[in-house]
Amino acid sequence: MNRLYIKSRDTAQKTVEGLYKDLERRIIASPPGQCPVDLTASFLRVCHSQSCGKCVPCRVGLGQLQHIIDKILDMDQENDMEDIRLLERTAEAISAMADCAIGTEAANMVLRGIRGFREDFESHVKYHTCAEYIRSNIQAVPCVATCPAGVDVPGYTALIKAGRYKDAVKLIRKDNPFPTVCALICEHPCETRCRRNLIDAPINIRGLKRFAVDNCGDVPVPEKMDDTGKKIAVIGGGPSGLSAAYFLSIMGHKVTVFEKRAQLGGMLRYGIPNYRLPRERLQWDIDAVLSTGVEAKCNYDISSPESMAEVRDNYDAIYISIGSHNAKSIGIPGEYAKGVIPAVEMLRGIGDDAMPDFAGKVVVVIGGGNVAMDVARTAKRLGATDVSIVYRRRRDDMTALPDEIGGAIAEGCDLIQLKAPSRIETDKHGEVKALWVKPQLAGQADESGRPRPIDSSEPEQKIPCDIIISAIGQATDIRFFEEFGIPVFRGNIKAARSSVVDTVSGIYAGGDCVTGPSTVINAVAAGKVAAANIDTYLGFKHEIEVDVDIPNPDPNDNPPCGRVEMKERYAKQRGNDFDEIEQGMSLEEAMLEASRCLRCDYHGFGSFRGGRDTKW
Amino acid sequence: MVKLMINGQEVTVKEGTSIMDAAEKVGIHIPHLCYLRGLNEIGACRVCVVEIKGMKKLVTACNTACEEGMEIFTNSPRVRSLRRINVELILSDHNANCASCIKSGNCTLQSIANDMGIITNDYNNIAEKARWDLNIPLIRDASKCVKCMRCVQICEKVQDLGVWNLIGSGYRTTIGVRENNNINEIDCALCGQCITHCPVGALRERDDRLTFNDAIADEDKVIIAQVAPAVRTAWGEQIGLKDKDATMGKLVCALKKIGVDYVFDTNYSADMTIMEEGSEFLSRLSNRNRYKWPMYTSCCPGWVRFMKTQYPDMVDDLSTAKSPQQMFGALSKTYIAEKLGVDPSKIYSVSIMPCTAKKYERSVREVNSAGYGSDVDLVLTTRELDRFIRSDSIKPQDLIDMPFDDIFGESSGAAVIFGATGGVMEAALRSAYFLATGKNPDPDAFKNVRGMDGWKEATFDLAGTELKVAVVSGLGNARRLVEAVRKGEVAYDFVEVMACPGGCVGGGGQPFKDGEEKAEERAKKLYGLDKINDIRFSHENPAVKLTYSEFLDNPLSHRAHELLHTDLNSWNLDMRQDMEE
Repeated sequence: MNRLYIKSRDTAQKTVEGLYKDLERRIIASPPGQCPVDLTASFLRVCHSQSCGKCVPCRVGLGQLQHIIDKILDMDQENDMEDIRLLERTAEAISAMADCAIGTEAANMVLRGIRGFREDFESHVKYHTCAEYIRSNIQAVPCVATCPAGVDVPGYTALIKAGRYKDAVKLIRKDNPFPTVCALICEHPCETRCRRNLIDAPINIRGLKRFAVDNCGDVPVPEKMDDTGKKIAVIGGGPSGLSAAYFLSIMGHKVTVFEKRAQLGGMLRYGIPNYRLPRERLQWDIDAVLSTGVEAKCNYDISSPESMAEVRDNYDAIYISIGSHNAKSIGIPGEYAKGVIPAVEMLRGIGDDAMPDFAGKVVVVIGGGNVAMDVARTAKRLGATDVSIVYRRRRDDMTALPDEIGGAIAEGCDLIQLKAPSRIETDKHGEVKALWVKPQLAGQADESGRPRPIDSSEPEQKIPCDIIISAIGQATDIRFFEEFGIPVFRGNIKAARSSVVDTVSGIYAGGDCVTGPSTVINAVAAGKVAAANIDTYLGFKHEIEVDVDIPNPDPNDNPPCGRVEMKERYAKQRGNDFDEIEQGMSLEEAMLEASRCLRCDYHGFGSFRGGRDTKW
Repeated sequence: MVKLMINGQEVTVKEGTSIMDAAEKVGIHIPHLCYLRGLNEIGACRVCVVEIKGMKKLVTACNTACEEGMEIFTNSPRVRSLRRINVELILSDHNANCASCIKSGNCTLQSIANDMGIITNDYNNIAEKARWDLNIPLIRDASKCVKCMRCVQICEKVQDLGVWNLIGSGYRTTIGVRENNNINEIDCALCGQCITHCPVGALRERDDRLTFNDAIADEDKVIIAQVAPAVRTAWGEQIGLKDKDATMGKLVCALKKIGVDYVFDTNYSADMTIMEEGSEFLSRLSNRNRYKWPMYTSCCPGWVRFMKTQYPDMVDDLSTAKSPQQMFGALSKTYIAEKLGVDPSKIYSVSIMPCTAKKYERSVREVNSAGYGSDVDLVLTTRELDRFIRSDSIKPQDLIDMPFDDIFGESSGAAVIFGATGGVMEAALRSAYFLATGKNPDPDAFKNVRGMDGWKEATFDLAGTELKVAVVSGLGNARRLVEAVRKGEVAYDFVEVMACPGGCVGGGGQPFKDGEEKAEERAKKLYGLDKINDIRFSHENPAVKLTYSEFLDNPLSHRAHELLHTDLNSWNLDMRQDMEE
């Protein structure tokens, strides 16, 4: 009788939706070190269940792909390389013949696998087991494995839960001498694969660390080991250089940090605004580094062959950690007009308390990274009436953290997406009048997986403004080092994964100047790696350890429970000053959050070999 | 202290005590499979799960600490049914052909399943296929492995070799030789400690009883058996003999019943080893500058393998004297054959050893010197001997005390303590003292090297020369000592090393029972035998004296060198039994 019905979902469908969510979280929490062949087989099963059943290649073929992979994986079957060849030609056939994406994309996934990890397929065929590297990559504790510096997250979480904040900070410093900085601004890769994702949401690890540093009081650094008589020069006093200096100094070496600018901290001081990382908090970490006996020479530029030779002749090893502080050019007409300011220069000035006056100005920021958000929000605080962030891609494609983008918007910055800057219009005094932009379309995905912006047919648009801040990335100042004979690669210093540049003369490098602009924890990790390897290079094997026992977890059912999110001062209240935005957790919140930790160091594979590296 | 309730009983225990230990304290036993105290407390098998009031999840009793006010149930209906499912799951991943399994009757999983009365299983069997070279003294049957990880832990933590590791991933995770290697191509010492700590039948020695049976069947062959000192401390444990009844005389009787023609004592050749090794030591001492120090004992083939793979540059620091087993082998086809009036080519020399590495030692081509193929034709472990006794239905009451055959059953108390850590050192010092001074010391003068410590040190005065000696057992301790020597942190003149913790009494070929470490108790028996022996010195063993006067002249004579010493550098590490024999 009725011709149409309103679509509704029955219980089964609702449950399935829930399962999809579970699956998503489960994939997020994939532990490092999974066998890619096994994973392919599992995905293939899901893909096959999605087949509508109409077409042969998908309905039958995907099942046959599964059988072939299952046979390859089966420990009891004898296989040969022909199985892999059969898998490949079948997948190629499905990819070419399936009628819709359900079939083609499943087959493409298999093909990518055969090409991307053929070694793994072959290991199963030949040895009936995963390739050896899989087992050596299996990580017991996801957060420790995903932290570049390998900080003992479950350890300090347990210490926080026990009210032992000093011990928590000591434990963090075993791997990372910047506990406060990371408590405030770390991008927390440790949270990405947190096993708690399987239940609800990752632990707020950074927030907990913040609670520890907010409440620890004074925490003395470890005692310096016996003097080795060796001298090490660190060029660049940012997080990487200071981390290396900290560990090397504890190991008993004499470390001197040469810093070009007036103060230590590198990008932490000259790149990150006070409202995210208050200077006194930064100073606390720097003071701890210096308290190990590190000597700092500020306003000391190593950029001539003579100064470099002097360093080389007087020190037993050198760590280059000069960061990546040069502005990249926008490459559009009018770029050098008055009123166009590179973001790095602006933040650098602010680092030494030279505040530009934007009162009553209309400001446009070009870029979509964290620096773009920083300068936009800073401009707002410096009195700009209007701040717009112009980006050639979409908000989703921005490299800035979602919280930073949200923060900027909340404070009144406008986001202008899919607009590529094309030229800068100036008045007769050569001052900026407007930014002209070309509207873009989000096109086919590029190598990074993000849609490539392509010019639309719409005409150029004019964005009137007084100030343009370009935040499109930084470059490393390699000119001098290149002349000195330090190898460079794609605009950065070329160093091995061991941070070594030159094994003979003991030159090491790390941090942004090797990787290009990256995160503070990556810089710290590079410093740690360099410290270990410089120590070895000098003929020692000093071990960094900490005398803190970790409490065992209490038995716990771990029911789903909300994640404690960080609170911020209200946008209207905070948007006009440089005081810190974020507020730390309360005791109640911290205890609740710490008790959510699943203690992967103790449960699961963590219990097998002790769950932690107690020294390095 | 914390107070808690277990099955309605109040228990007070020290903070940090596991639920399992607390329960045991009040006579409540919680079944467990993977747990190995101090080494493997990882809660992998989940058999020891218990219920804590107020909690949904069950927890493992082995690695959960008691807390104040806990109410624990180890046998609630919920625990019973869940634990049962878990054991069924373990069985579904296990080749449970108990009737033809070497561990039947001494298998922890079998006891658990039997005790629970599991006679059906709801799950498909998914046991992994076994792929292993059965020609190697150490055999792993993957189809029986329950992935308890004990072998990984003992090899890593106690023996510091890390032969075993997890391999594969996900549900294919299993134990294998580290980095997917072939066991014969890496540095396994063949100590057998993984075997004696395996709760099921996944690890075992190569069983050579059928080969032995073939030898017995060959009427042309004259079977000569030697019995190592440590064997007598343990052979009765699993054939129903009480400790005091498991005498050496009954063991001789059992071997005779099995079909051995002559039963001799490895103690005789242990005394020979002391004569040779002690003389070698004194000779090195008098040419101090020509040698590196310390000199290490070489009678433990697990240790020799360890040295050859881990510190090949130090093989020259090992004594060149053969082990008692190999000295006996070489003598059995020369001097002993002569004394017995038997054609040496007809002699089949078998040794009963507490050891799996001895199976390798006998198969080393380069060790043979008598000129009639292998000096030792076959090695049976104490466990294989026990199996032979059981398969012949020889009952304890059937055995009477019988003496060793003349005259190579003669032994000193010095030889019998070879089976315990420190024994070789003590025996050597007793005779070295005599050889250096012409006088016997007090036989108990060197007892400072006794005891179960993994690393013992002592200093003695040897005719005016101060001797610093050390004794280690367990290869992890051996590595620590060698590293310390190499770094110059310690300096010794003479070091005894035994691969197995506690020495041969705790050897990888000995009978064992899950959860029991018997080395200490067995060592005490050996020291008891030493004490009651009329002869306390190797050089006073009449058979030894005769061997020298009639056959070898002196220790380190040309003939002694030929027969009783070996070039360890030339030893091949191949584990496989030579097939063409």
